[in-house]
Amino acid sequence: MKIEGKRNIWNDYQKEIAADRFFYVRSCVRQNFFPGSEKTFLRIMQELLQRDVYENAAHTTCSGIGYHSDVVPFETSMTMVARQFALMTESGYENFTTSCITSFGLYTEILETWRHFPEVESRVRGHLLRATGRTFNKPANLSHTSDVIFRFRKEIAAAGKFRLVNRHTGMPLHGVEHIGCHYARMFPGKGIGGAEYPYVLVGMIEDWGGEVIDYPERRHCCGFGFRQYLIQANRGYSLACSKKKFDSMAPYKPDFILANCPGCSMFLDRWQYALSEMEGITYGENGSGIPVLTYEELAGIILGYDPWDLGLQVHQVPVEPLLDKIGLPYDPGSKFLDQEGKPMGQPKEPTHLKFYNHE
Amino acid sequence: MGELYDRLAADVRFVEGLKACIHCGTCTAICPAAEFYNYQPRQIVEVLQSRDDARIEELLKSETIWYCGECMSCVTRCPRGNAPGLLITVLRAASQDLGYFVESEKGRQQLAIKRTVGEWILKYGYCLFPAEIRPEMHPEQGPVWEWEVEHIDAVMNRLGANYKKTGPGILRKIPPEDLEEIGRIFDETGAAERFRKIEEHSRRKAEEMGMTLGEGLDNEYFRHIYTANEKRHTREP
Repeated sequence: MKIEGKRNIWNDYQKEIAADRFFYVRSCVRQNFFPGSEKTFLRIMQELLQRDVYENAAHTTCSGIGYHSDVVPFETSMTMVARQFALMTESGYENFTTSCITSFGLYTEILETWRHFPEVESRVRGHLLRATGRTFNKPANLSHTSDVIFRFRKEIAAAGKFRLVNRHTGMPLHGVEHIGCHYARMFPGKGIGGAEYPYVLVGMIEDWGGEVIDYPERRHCCGFGFRQYLIQANRGYSLACSKKKFDSMAPYKPDFILANCPGCSMFLDRWQYALSEMEGITYGENGSGIPVLTYEELAGIILGYDPWDLGLQVHQVPVEPLLDKIGLPYDPGSKFLDQEGKPMGQPKEPTHLKFYNHE
Repeated sequence: MGELYDRLAADVRFVEGLKACIHCGTCTAICPAAEFYNYQPRQIVEVLQSRDDARIEELLKSETIWYCGECMSCVTRCPRGNAPGLLITVLRAASQDLGYFVESEKGRQQLAIKRTVGEWILKYGYCLFPAEIRPEMHPEQGPVWEWEVEHIDAVMNRLGANYKKTGPGILRKIPPEDLEEIGRIFDETGAAERFRKIEEHSRRKAEEMGMTLGEGLDNEYFRHIYTANEKRHTREP
Protein backbone atom coordinates (compact mmCIF):
# COMPACT_ATOMS: atom_id res chain seq x y z
CA MET A 1 0.00 0.00 0.00
CA LYS A 2 1.28 3.46 -0.87
CA ILE A 3 1.25 5.61 2.22
CA GLU A 4 3.17 8.57 0.83
CA GLY A 5 -0.04 10.56 0.33
CA LYS A 6 -1.16 9.92 3.88
CA ARG A 7 2.23 11.02 5.18
CA ASN A 8 1.97 14.23 3.18
CA ILE A 9 -1.48 14.97 4.60
CA TRP A 10 -0.22 14.34 8.14
CA ASN A 11 2.67 16.74 7.50
CA ASP A 12 0.13 19.55 7.07
CA TYR A 13 -0.96 19.03 10.67
CA GLN A 14 2.43 19.07 12.37
CA LYS A 15 3.18 22.17 14.32
CA GLU A 16 6.32 23.87 15.47
CA ILE A 17 6.22 24.52 19.20
CA ALA A 18 8.88 26.66 20.82
CA ALA A 19 11.10 24.99 23.42
CA ASP A 20 12.02 27.90 25.67
CA ARG A 21 11.68 31.62 26.40
CA PHE A 22 7.90 31.86 26.48
CA PHE A 23 5.83 35.01 26.98
CA TYR A 24 2.92 33.61 28.98
CA VAL A 25 -0.62 35.01 29.08
CA ARG A 26 -3.38 33.72 31.32
CA SER A 27 -6.98 32.58 30.86
CA CYS A 28 -9.94 34.41 32.43
CA VAL A 29 -11.91 31.17 32.96
CA ARG A 30 -9.00 29.20 34.39
CA GLN A 31 -7.92 31.93 36.79
CA ASN A 32 -11.44 31.90 38.23
CA PHE A 33 -12.24 28.20 38.18
CA PHE A 34 -8.96 26.25 37.92
CA PRO A 35 -6.19 28.50 39.26
CA GLY A 36 -4.20 25.45 40.36
CA SER A 37 -3.73 24.45 36.71
CA GLU A 38 -1.95 27.67 35.79
CA LYS A 39 0.15 27.40 38.94
CA THR A 40 1.07 23.85 37.94
CA PHE A 41 1.98 24.86 34.38
CA LEU A 42 4.59 27.26 35.75
CA ARG A 43 5.78 24.71 38.33
CA ILE A 44 6.37 22.10 35.61
CA MET A 45 7.95 24.50 33.15
CA GLN A 46 10.11 26.49 35.55
CA GLU A 47 10.96 24.04 38.34
CA LEU A 48 10.95 20.66 36.59
CA LEU A 49 12.01 21.63 33.05
CA GLN A 50 14.00 24.77 33.94
CA ARG A 51 12.47 26.81 31.10
CA ASP A 52 12.12 30.57 30.90
CA VAL A 53 8.41 31.42 31.10
CA TYR A 54 7.74 35.10 31.67
CA GLU A 55 4.52 36.79 32.74
CA ASN A 56 4.07 40.54 32.40
CA ALA A 57 1.77 41.91 35.13
CA ALA A 58 0.35 44.47 32.69
CA HIS A 59 -1.27 41.89 30.45
CA THR A 60 -5.06 41.62 30.59
CA THR A 61 -7.90 39.66 29.07
CA CYS A 62 -7.73 39.43 25.29
CA SER A 63 -11.50 40.21 25.40
CA GLY A 64 -12.24 36.91 23.60
CA ILE A 65 -15.39 36.02 25.57
CA GLY A 66 -16.69 39.52 24.90
CA TYR A 67 -15.82 39.16 21.21
CA HIS A 68 -17.54 35.80 20.81
CA SER A 69 -20.59 36.99 22.72
CA ASP A 70 -20.54 39.91 20.27
CA VAL A 71 -20.48 42.90 22.61
CA VAL A 72 -16.82 43.65 21.78
CA PRO A 73 -16.15 44.61 18.13
CA PHE A 74 -13.47 42.78 16.12
CA GLU A 75 -11.54 46.03 15.76
CA THR A 76 -11.35 46.30 19.56
CA SER A 77 -10.30 42.70 20.11
CA MET A 78 -7.60 43.02 17.44
CA THR A 79 -6.22 46.04 19.26
CA MET A 80 -6.41 44.31 22.66
CA VAL A 81 -4.42 41.42 21.17
CA ALA A 82 -1.98 43.88 19.57
CA ARG A 83 -1.39 45.29 23.07
CA GLN A 84 -0.51 41.82 24.38
CA PHE A 85 1.96 41.47 21.48
CA ALA A 86 3.39 44.89 22.39
CA LEU A 87 4.00 43.74 25.98
CA MET A 88 5.74 40.64 24.61
CA THR A 89 7.92 42.78 22.34
CA GLU A 90 8.78 45.25 25.12
CA SER A 91 9.71 42.34 27.39
CA GLY A 92 12.17 40.94 24.84
CA TYR A 93 10.29 37.74 23.97
CA GLU A 94 8.99 36.32 20.70
CA ASN A 95 7.42 32.97 21.64
CA PHE A 96 3.86 33.65 22.74
CA THR A 97 1.95 30.99 24.69
CA THR A 98 -1.57 31.34 26.01
CA SER A 99 -3.43 29.39 28.66
CA CYS A 100 -6.80 29.89 26.94
CA ILE A 101 -8.26 28.19 23.88
CA THR A 102 -10.65 31.06 23.08
CA SER A 103 -7.62 33.36 23.14
CA PHE A 104 -5.53 30.94 21.06
CA GLY A 105 -8.30 30.82 18.45
CA LEU A 106 -8.64 34.59 18.48
CA TYR A 107 -4.88 35.21 18.19
CA THR A 108 -4.78 32.76 15.29
CA GLU A 109 -7.79 34.36 13.59
CA ILE A 110 -6.28 37.82 13.96
CA LEU A 111 -2.83 36.83 12.65
CA GLU A 112 -4.49 35.12 9.66
CA THR A 113 -6.68 38.18 9.05
CA TRP A 114 -3.60 40.41 9.05
CA ARG A 115 -1.85 38.02 6.66
CA HIS A 116 -4.75 38.21 4.22
CA PHE A 117 -5.51 41.92 4.79
CA PRO A 118 -2.28 43.80 5.60
CA GLU A 119 -4.24 47.06 5.57
CA VAL A 120 -6.18 45.83 8.63
CA GLU A 121 -2.93 45.22 10.49
CA SER A 122 -1.79 48.76 9.62
CA ARG A 123 -5.06 50.17 10.87
CA VAL A 124 -4.78 48.23 14.16
CA ARG A 125 -1.21 49.44 14.61
CA GLY A 126 -2.59 52.96 14.32
CA HIS A 127 -5.29 52.28 16.90
CA LEU A 128 -2.77 50.85 19.37
CA LEU A 129 -0.33 53.69 18.93
CA ARG A 130 -2.99 56.35 19.43
CA ALA A 131 -4.59 54.60 22.42
CA THR A 132 -1.43 53.47 24.24
CA GLY A 133 1.68 54.78 22.49
CA ARG A 134 2.81 51.16 21.98
CA THR A 135 4.13 49.30 18.94
CA PHE A 136 4.66 45.58 18.48
CA ASN A 137 6.25 42.68 16.63
CA LYS A 138 4.14 39.67 15.80
CA PRO A 139 5.13 36.47 17.64
CA ALA A 140 7.69 34.22 15.96
CA ASN A 141 5.87 31.27 17.50
CA LEU A 142 2.29 31.02 18.83
CA SER A 143 1.21 28.09 20.95
CA HIS A 144 -1.45 27.04 23.38
CA THR A 145 -0.12 25.78 26.70
CA SER A 146 -1.47 22.29 25.89
CA ASP A 147 0.89 22.34 22.87
CA VAL A 148 3.75 23.12 25.24
CA ILE A 149 2.87 20.29 27.64
CA PHE A 150 2.50 18.01 24.58
CA ARG A 151 6.00 18.96 23.49
CA PHE A 152 7.39 17.97 26.88
CA ARG A 153 5.12 14.95 27.48
CA LYS A 154 7.98 12.45 27.25
CA GLU A 155 10.12 14.40 29.72
CA ILE A 156 7.13 14.50 32.09
CA ALA A 157 6.65 10.74 31.67
CA ALA A 158 10.36 10.17 32.39
CA ALA A 159 10.19 12.27 35.55
CA GLY A 160 6.84 10.79 36.55
CA LYS A 161 6.20 8.66 39.62
CA PHE A 162 2.87 7.28 38.38
CA ARG A 163 1.35 5.96 35.14
CA LEU A 164 -2.19 5.94 33.84
CA VAL A 165 -2.53 2.33 34.86
CA ASN A 166 -5.09 0.80 37.19
CA ARG A 167 -2.99 -0.40 40.12
CA HIS A 168 -5.58 -3.06 40.97
CA THR A 169 -5.74 -4.68 37.50
CA GLY A 170 -2.48 -3.56 35.88
CA MET A 171 -4.50 -2.44 32.84
CA PRO A 172 -4.27 0.98 31.17
CA LEU A 173 -6.83 3.54 32.32
CA HIS A 174 -9.28 4.76 29.69
CA GLY A 175 -9.53 8.45 28.95
CA VAL A 176 -11.87 10.57 26.89
CA GLU A 177 -10.07 13.50 25.27
CA HIS A 178 -12.02 16.65 24.50
CA ILE A 179 -10.50 19.36 22.34
CA GLY A 180 -11.76 22.93 22.62
CA CYS A 181 -13.51 24.02 19.43
CA HIS A 182 -11.34 27.09 18.93
CA TYR A 183 -8.11 25.09 19.09
CA ALA A 184 -8.23 24.01 15.44
CA ARG A 185 -11.75 24.11 13.97
CA MET A 186 -11.18 27.34 12.05
CA PHE A 187 -7.53 26.78 11.24
CA PRO A 188 -6.83 23.03 11.35
CA GLY A 189 -3.19 23.55 10.36
CA LYS A 190 -2.57 25.45 13.61
CA GLY A 191 -3.35 22.49 15.87
CA ILE A 192 -1.38 19.28 16.37
CA GLY A 193 -3.21 16.72 14.24
CA GLY A 194 -5.71 19.23 12.85
CA ALA A 195 -9.43 19.40 13.64
CA GLU A 196 -10.52 15.88 12.71
CA TYR A 197 -7.70 13.88 14.33
CA PRO A 198 -6.21 16.17 16.98
CA TYR A 199 -3.29 14.50 18.71
CA VAL A 200 -2.39 17.05 21.35
CA LEU A 201 -4.19 15.28 24.22
CA VAL A 202 -4.04 11.77 22.76
CA GLY A 203 -0.25 12.03 22.77
CA MET A 204 -0.23 12.86 26.48
CA ILE A 205 -2.61 10.05 27.47
CA GLU A 206 -0.72 7.44 25.43
CA ASP A 207 2.74 8.51 26.58
CA TRP A 208 1.59 8.54 30.18
CA GLY A 209 0.37 4.94 29.97
CA GLY A 210 -3.36 5.27 29.26
CA GLU A 211 -5.64 4.40 26.37
CA VAL A 212 -7.93 6.79 24.52
CA ILE A 213 -11.62 6.03 24.03
CA ASP A 214 -13.10 6.68 20.61
CA TYR A 215 -16.84 7.34 20.91
CA PRO A 216 -19.50 8.67 18.54
CA GLU A 217 -19.77 12.25 19.83
CA ARG A 218 -16.05 12.70 20.43
CA ARG A 219 -15.87 15.88 18.35
CA HIS A 220 -19.15 17.48 19.50
CA CYS A 221 -18.88 20.88 21.19
CA CYS A 222 -19.23 20.95 25.01
CA GLY A 223 -21.94 23.57 24.48
CA PHE A 224 -20.37 26.70 25.96
CA GLY A 225 -21.62 28.72 23.00
CA PHE A 226 -20.63 31.97 24.77
CA ARG A 227 -24.06 33.75 24.90
CA GLN A 228 -25.67 30.30 25.16
CA TYR A 229 -24.14 29.91 28.61
CA LEU A 230 -23.70 33.50 29.78
CA ILE A 231 -27.47 34.10 29.74
CA GLN A 232 -29.51 31.92 32.07
CA ALA A 233 -32.40 31.60 29.59
CA ASN A 234 -30.09 29.98 27.01
CA ARG A 235 -28.33 27.42 29.19
CA GLY A 236 -30.48 24.54 27.94
CA TYR A 237 -28.37 24.63 24.76
CA SER A 238 -25.16 24.31 26.73
CA LEU A 239 -26.47 21.54 28.95
CA ALA A 240 -27.97 19.59 26.01
CA CYS A 241 -24.64 19.56 24.16
CA SER A 242 -22.75 18.21 27.18
CA LYS A 243 -25.47 15.63 27.90
CA LYS A 244 -25.21 14.37 24.34
CA LYS A 245 -21.50 13.78 24.90
CA PHE A 246 -21.91 12.12 28.33
CA ASP A 247 -24.61 9.78 27.01
CA SER A 248 -22.36 8.86 24.10
CA MET A 249 -19.19 8.25 26.14
CA ALA A 250 -20.73 6.55 29.19
CA PRO A 251 -21.08 3.03 27.64
CA TYR A 252 -17.27 2.97 27.19
CA LYS A 253 -16.80 3.52 30.95
CA PRO A 254 -14.15 6.26 30.86
CA ASP A 255 -11.95 6.62 33.94
CA PHE A 256 -11.47 10.32 33.22
CA ILE A 257 -12.09 13.14 30.75
CA LEU A 258 -9.12 15.25 29.65
CA ALA A 259 -9.80 18.67 28.12
CA ASN A 260 -7.53 21.42 26.80
CA CYS A 261 -10.07 24.24 26.83
CA PRO A 262 -10.81 26.24 30.01
CA GLY A 263 -14.54 26.39 29.29
CA CYS A 264 -14.85 22.71 28.35
CA SER A 265 -13.07 21.61 31.55
CA MET A 266 -15.49 23.65 33.62
CA PHE A 267 -18.69 22.75 31.77
CA LEU A 268 -18.01 19.02 31.55
CA ASP A 269 -17.46 19.13 35.33
CA ARG A 270 -20.40 21.37 36.29
CA TRP A 271 -23.00 19.96 33.92
CA GLN A 272 -22.49 16.49 35.42
CA TYR A 273 -23.53 18.01 38.73
CA ALA A 274 -26.49 19.85 37.15
CA LEU A 275 -27.71 16.67 35.42
CA SER A 276 -27.44 14.73 38.67
CA GLU A 277 -29.61 17.33 40.42
CA MET A 278 -32.08 17.72 37.55
CA GLU A 279 -32.52 14.12 36.48
CA GLY A 280 -30.69 12.00 39.05
CA ILE A 281 -28.19 10.87 36.40
CA THR A 282 -24.59 10.04 37.35
CA TYR A 283 -22.14 8.90 34.71
CA GLY A 284 -19.34 7.27 36.74
CA GLU A 285 -19.20 4.16 38.91
CA ASN A 286 -21.35 3.80 42.04
CA GLY A 287 -22.92 7.23 41.93
CA SER A 288 -19.68 9.05 41.12
CA GLY A 289 -19.20 11.29 38.13
CA ILE A 290 -16.48 11.01 35.48
CA PRO A 291 -13.56 13.14 36.76
CA VAL A 292 -12.66 15.97 34.37
CA LEU A 293 -9.04 17.07 34.27
CA THR A 294 -6.94 19.76 32.69
CA TYR A 295 -3.68 18.61 31.05
CA GLU A 296 -1.64 20.28 33.82
CA GLU A 297 -3.66 18.46 36.47
CA LEU A 298 -3.08 15.14 34.72
CA ALA A 299 0.63 15.92 34.32
CA GLY A 300 0.75 16.86 38.02
CA ILE A 301 -0.82 13.52 38.96
CA ILE A 302 1.77 11.68 36.85
CA LEU A 303 4.50 13.67 38.59
CA GLY A 304 3.09 12.77 42.01
CA TYR A 305 2.15 16.30 43.08
CA ASP A 306 -0.24 16.75 46.02
CA PRO A 307 -3.75 16.78 44.47
CA TRP A 308 -4.79 19.66 46.73
CA ASP A 309 -1.84 21.72 45.40
CA LEU A 310 -3.17 20.98 41.91
CA GLY A 311 -6.56 22.37 42.92
CA LEU A 312 -8.52 19.14 42.52
CA GLN A 313 -10.63 20.07 45.58
CA VAL A 314 -12.44 22.75 43.56
CA HIS A 315 -13.83 20.28 41.05
CA GLN A 316 -17.54 19.65 41.49
CA VAL A 317 -17.06 16.06 40.28
CA PRO A 318 -14.68 14.48 42.79
CA VAL A 319 -11.39 13.16 41.41
CA GLU A 320 -10.68 10.70 44.25
CA PRO A 321 -11.90 7.61 42.31
CA LEU A 322 -9.22 8.26 39.67
CA LEU A 323 -6.51 8.98 42.28
CA ASP A 324 -7.37 5.69 43.99
CA LYS A 325 -7.05 3.76 40.71
CA ILE A 326 -3.68 5.34 39.95
CA GLY A 327 -2.48 4.98 43.53
CA LEU A 328 -1.51 8.62 44.06
CA PRO A 329 -1.46 9.11 47.84
CA TYR A 330 -3.38 12.04 49.31
CA ASP A 331 -4.51 13.25 52.68
CA PRO A 332 -8.32 13.27 52.72
CA GLY A 333 -8.35 15.44 55.82
CA SER A 334 -6.50 18.33 54.21
CA LYS A 335 -8.79 18.67 51.20
CA PHE A 336 -10.55 21.79 52.45
CA LEU A 337 -7.81 23.35 54.58
CA ASP A 338 -6.36 26.76 53.86
CA GLN A 339 -2.69 27.57 53.26
CA GLU A 340 -2.00 27.64 57.02
CA GLY A 341 -3.76 24.31 57.56
CA LYS A 342 -6.89 25.82 59.08
CA PRO A 343 -10.33 24.45 58.14
CA MET A 344 -12.39 26.47 55.68
CA GLY A 345 -15.61 24.52 56.21
CA GLN A 346 -16.63 22.45 53.24
CA PRO A 347 -19.10 22.51 50.35
CA LYS A 348 -22.60 21.14 50.80
CA GLU A 349 -23.13 17.59 49.61
CA PRO A 350 -25.00 17.22 46.29
CA THR A 351 -28.26 15.26 46.30
CA HIS A 352 -27.14 12.41 44.06
CA LEU A 353 -23.54 12.87 42.93
CA LYS A 354 -21.19 11.04 45.29
CA PHE A 355 -19.12 13.50 47.26
CA TYR A 356 -15.92 13.01 49.24
CA ASN A 357 -16.12 15.37 52.18
CA HIS A 358 -13.47 13.72 54.38
CA GLU A 359 -14.74 15.27 57.61
CA MET B 1 -27.36 45.14 -4.01
CA GLY B 2 -28.40 47.48 -1.21
CA GLU B 3 -26.96 49.57 1.55
CA LEU B 4 -27.32 46.88 4.18
CA TYR B 5 -25.61 44.26 2.04
CA ASP B 6 -22.78 46.69 1.26
CA ARG B 7 -22.36 47.41 4.95
CA LEU B 8 -21.98 43.71 5.74
CA ALA B 9 -19.73 43.06 2.74
CA ALA B 10 -17.29 45.75 3.92
CA ASP B 11 -16.32 43.58 6.90
CA VAL B 12 -13.23 41.40 6.31
CA ARG B 13 -14.97 38.55 8.13
CA PHE B 14 -17.72 38.66 5.51
CA VAL B 15 -15.13 38.46 2.74
CA GLU B 16 -13.47 35.50 4.49
CA GLY B 17 -16.76 33.87 5.44
CA LEU B 18 -18.72 33.84 2.19
CA LYS B 19 -17.13 32.58 -0.97
CA ALA B 20 -19.30 30.28 -3.06
CA CYS B 21 -21.94 28.41 -1.08
CA ILE B 22 -23.39 25.41 -2.95
CA HIS B 23 -26.14 24.85 -0.36
CA CYS B 24 -25.09 21.30 0.39
CA GLY B 25 -26.29 21.71 4.00
CA THR B 26 -23.14 20.28 5.57
CA CYS B 27 -22.93 23.26 7.94
CA THR B 28 -26.46 22.59 9.18
CA ALA B 29 -25.74 18.88 9.56
CA ILE B 30 -22.72 19.50 11.81
CA CYS B 31 -24.10 22.52 13.71
CA PRO B 32 -24.81 21.98 17.46
CA ALA B 33 -27.20 24.96 17.39
CA ALA B 34 -29.17 23.50 14.48
CA GLU B 35 -29.70 20.38 16.55
CA PHE B 36 -31.17 22.36 19.42
CA TYR B 37 -32.80 25.49 17.98
CA ASN B 38 -35.01 26.24 14.97
CA TYR B 39 -31.87 27.18 13.12
CA GLN B 40 -30.06 26.42 9.89
CA PRO B 41 -26.78 28.17 9.07
CA ARG B 42 -27.36 27.31 5.40
CA GLN B 43 -30.46 29.52 5.40
CA ILE B 44 -28.46 32.44 6.79
CA VAL B 45 -26.09 32.13 3.85
CA GLU B 46 -29.04 31.87 1.44
CA VAL B 47 -30.46 35.20 2.67
CA LEU B 48 -27.07 36.88 2.37
CA GLN B 49 -26.54 35.52 -1.13
CA SER B 50 -29.89 37.02 -2.16
CA ARG B 51 -28.40 40.48 -1.46
CA ASP B 52 -31.96 41.57 -0.72
CA ASP B 53 -31.89 44.34 1.90
CA ALA B 54 -35.47 43.69 3.01
CA ARG B 55 -34.67 40.07 3.79
CA ILE B 56 -31.39 41.03 5.47
CA GLU B 57 -33.15 43.58 7.68
CA GLU B 58 -35.70 40.94 8.67
CA LEU B 59 -32.80 38.64 9.56
CA LEU B 60 -31.11 41.31 11.67
CA LYS B 61 -34.34 41.77 13.67
CA SER B 62 -34.95 38.04 14.06
CA GLU B 63 -34.23 35.50 16.79
CA THR B 64 -32.35 33.42 14.21
CA ILE B 65 -28.96 35.14 14.25
CA TRP B 66 -28.67 34.72 18.03
CA TYR B 67 -28.89 30.92 18.06
CA CYS B 68 -25.32 30.20 16.89
CA GLY B 69 -22.78 29.24 19.59
CA GLU B 70 -19.79 30.40 17.49
CA CYS B 71 -18.11 27.02 17.93
CA MET B 72 -17.06 27.25 14.26
CA SER B 73 -17.73 23.57 13.56
CA CYS B 74 -19.24 24.73 10.26
CA VAL B 75 -15.90 26.17 9.15
CA THR B 76 -14.09 22.85 9.46
CA ARG B 77 -16.58 20.94 7.38
CA CYS B 78 -17.65 23.38 4.64
CA PRO B 79 -16.44 21.88 1.36
CA ARG B 80 -16.16 25.36 -0.17
CA GLY B 81 -14.25 27.13 2.60
CA ASN B 82 -17.14 29.28 3.81
CA ALA B 83 -17.56 30.29 7.46
CA PRO B 84 -21.22 30.75 8.45
CA GLY B 85 -20.06 31.24 12.05
CA LEU B 86 -18.02 34.27 10.98
CA LEU B 87 -20.99 35.65 9.02
CA ILE B 88 -23.00 35.45 12.23
CA THR B 89 -20.44 37.69 13.97
CA VAL B 90 -20.88 40.26 11.18
CA LEU B 91 -24.69 40.08 11.36
CA ARG B 92 -24.73 40.44 15.15
CA ALA B 93 -22.42 43.45 14.97
CA ALA B 94 -24.75 45.14 12.45
CA SER B 95 -27.88 44.24 14.45
CA GLN B 96 -26.46 45.96 17.53
CA ASP B 97 -25.03 48.96 15.73
CA LEU B 98 -28.36 49.57 13.93
CA GLY B 99 -30.48 48.97 17.04
CA TYR B 100 -32.32 45.99 15.51
CA PHE B 101 -31.24 43.61 18.27
CA VAL B 102 -33.96 44.78 20.66
CA GLU B 103 -36.64 43.48 18.28
CA SER B 104 -36.00 39.85 19.30
CA GLU B 105 -36.06 38.10 22.68
CA LYS B 106 -32.59 36.61 22.15
CA GLY B 107 -31.20 39.85 20.73
CA ARG B 108 -32.33 41.86 23.77
CA GLN B 109 -30.04 39.67 25.90
CA GLN B 110 -27.05 41.64 24.57
CA LEU B 111 -27.63 44.24 27.28
CA ALA B 112 -27.11 41.57 29.93
CA ILE B 113 -23.83 40.50 28.30
CA LYS B 114 -22.71 44.12 27.99
CA ARG B 115 -23.49 44.79 31.66
CA THR B 116 -21.64 41.68 32.82
CA VAL B 117 -18.69 40.50 30.69
CA GLY B 118 -18.45 43.79 28.77
CA GLU B 119 -18.20 45.98 31.85
CA TRP B 120 -16.04 43.51 33.80
CA ILE B 121 -13.37 43.83 31.10
CA LEU B 122 -13.18 47.57 31.80
CA LYS B 123 -13.57 47.27 35.58
CA TYR B 124 -11.21 44.35 36.30
CA GLY B 125 -9.26 43.66 33.09
CA TYR B 126 -10.76 40.15 33.02
CA CYS B 127 -13.85 38.80 31.26
CA LEU B 128 -14.86 37.08 34.52
CA PHE B 129 -14.16 37.85 38.15
CA PRO B 130 -15.13 35.74 41.19
CA ALA B 131 -16.95 38.50 43.05
CA GLU B 132 -19.31 38.89 40.10
CA ILE B 133 -20.12 35.24 39.44
CA ARG B 134 -23.02 35.11 41.86
CA PRO B 135 -24.16 31.62 42.87
CA GLU B 136 -27.83 32.68 42.62
CA MET B 137 -27.29 33.56 38.94
CA HIS B 138 -25.28 30.37 38.40
CA PRO B 139 -26.96 27.48 40.25
CA GLU B 140 -25.27 25.05 37.83
CA GLN B 141 -21.91 25.97 39.36
CA GLY B 142 -22.93 23.90 42.36
CA PRO B 143 -22.03 23.87 46.06
CA VAL B 144 -18.26 23.82 45.49
CA TRP B 145 -18.40 27.21 43.76
CA GLU B 146 -20.75 28.49 46.47
CA TRP B 147 -18.17 27.39 49.06
CA GLU B 148 -15.35 28.98 47.09
CA VAL B 149 -17.15 32.31 46.86
CA GLU B 150 -17.76 32.23 50.61
CA HIS B 151 -14.02 31.65 51.27
CA ILE B 152 -12.62 33.23 48.13
CA ASP B 153 -9.54 34.92 49.62
CA ALA B 154 -8.41 31.79 51.48
CA VAL B 155 -9.20 29.42 48.57
CA MET B 156 -7.34 31.57 46.05
CA ASN B 157 -4.40 31.85 48.46
CA ARG B 158 -4.35 28.05 48.93
CA LEU B 159 -4.32 27.52 45.16
CA GLY B 160 -1.42 29.87 44.56
CA ALA B 161 -3.30 32.89 43.21
CA ASN B 162 -2.20 36.47 43.69
CA TYR B 163 -5.83 37.46 44.18
CA LYS B 164 -6.41 41.24 44.13
CA LYS B 165 -2.73 41.90 44.90
CA THR B 166 -0.10 43.71 42.85
CA GLY B 167 2.52 42.05 40.63
CA PRO B 168 2.10 39.11 38.26
CA GLY B 169 0.01 36.05 39.02
CA ILE B 170 -3.47 34.59 39.01
CA LEU B 171 -6.31 37.14 39.34
CA ARG B 172 -3.87 39.87 40.31
CA LYS B 173 -5.13 43.42 40.51
CA ILE B 174 -4.61 44.88 37.06
CA PRO B 175 -2.80 48.22 37.54
CA PRO B 176 -5.02 51.30 37.02
CA GLU B 177 -2.80 52.59 34.20
CA ASP B 178 -3.39 49.34 32.29
CA LEU B 179 -7.15 49.53 32.82
CA GLU B 180 -6.96 53.09 31.50
CA GLU B 181 -5.24 51.76 28.36
CA ILE B 182 -8.08 49.30 27.85
CA GLY B 183 -10.56 52.14 28.23
CA ARG B 184 -8.74 54.17 25.58
CA ILE B 185 -8.65 51.14 23.25
CA PHE B 186 -12.44 50.77 23.71
CA ASP B 187 -12.90 54.48 22.88
CA GLU B 188 -10.60 54.32 19.86
CA THR B 189 -11.93 51.13 18.27
CA GLY B 190 -15.70 51.31 18.64
CA ALA B 191 -16.42 49.19 21.73
CA ALA B 192 -17.42 52.21 23.82
CA GLU B 193 -19.74 53.34 21.02
CA ARG B 194 -21.30 49.87 20.76
CA PHE B 195 -21.85 49.82 24.52
CA ARG B 196 -23.55 53.21 24.25
CA LYS B 197 -25.86 51.99 21.49
CA ILE B 198 -26.75 48.80 23.38
CA GLU B 199 -27.76 50.93 26.38
CA GLU B 200 -29.65 53.50 24.30
CA HIS B 201 -31.72 51.00 22.32
CA SER B 202 -32.35 48.86 25.39
CA ARG B 203 -33.74 51.87 27.28
CA ARG B 204 -36.04 52.63 24.37
CA LYS B 205 -37.22 49.02 24.29
CA ALA B 206 -37.67 48.79 28.06
CA GLU B 207 -39.89 51.87 27.93
CA GLU B 208 -41.86 50.38 25.03
CA MET B 209 -42.35 47.17 27.04
CA GLY B 210 -43.36 49.13 30.14
CA MET B 211 -40.44 47.87 32.22
CA THR B 212 -38.02 49.71 34.46
CA LEU B 213 -34.35 49.65 33.51
CA GLY B 214 -32.05 50.99 36.21
CA GLU B 215 -28.29 50.69 36.48
CA GLY B 216 -26.59 47.33 37.04
CA LEU B 217 -28.25 43.93 37.22
CA ASP B 218 -30.96 44.34 39.84
CA ASN B 219 -33.79 45.81 37.81
CA GLU B 220 -36.91 44.57 36.04
CA TYR B 221 -35.69 44.71 32.43
CA PHE B 222 -32.34 43.02 33.18
CA ARG B 223 -34.02 40.21 35.09
CA HIS B 224 -36.51 39.77 32.25
CA ILE B 225 -33.96 39.54 29.43
CA TYR B 226 -31.68 37.29 31.52
CA THR B 227 -34.37 34.69 32.21
CA ALA B 228 -37.20 35.07 29.67
CA ASN B 229 -37.93 32.15 27.38
CA GLU B 230 -41.34 33.16 26.15
CA LYS B 231 -41.01 32.27 22.49
CA ARG B 232 -40.66 28.85 20.97
CA HIS B 233 -36.99 28.62 20.04
CA THR B 234 -36.18 24.94 20.08
CA ARG B 235 -36.81 22.18 17.58
CA GLU B 236 -39.59 19.68 18.02
CA PRO B 237 -38.16 16.50 19.57
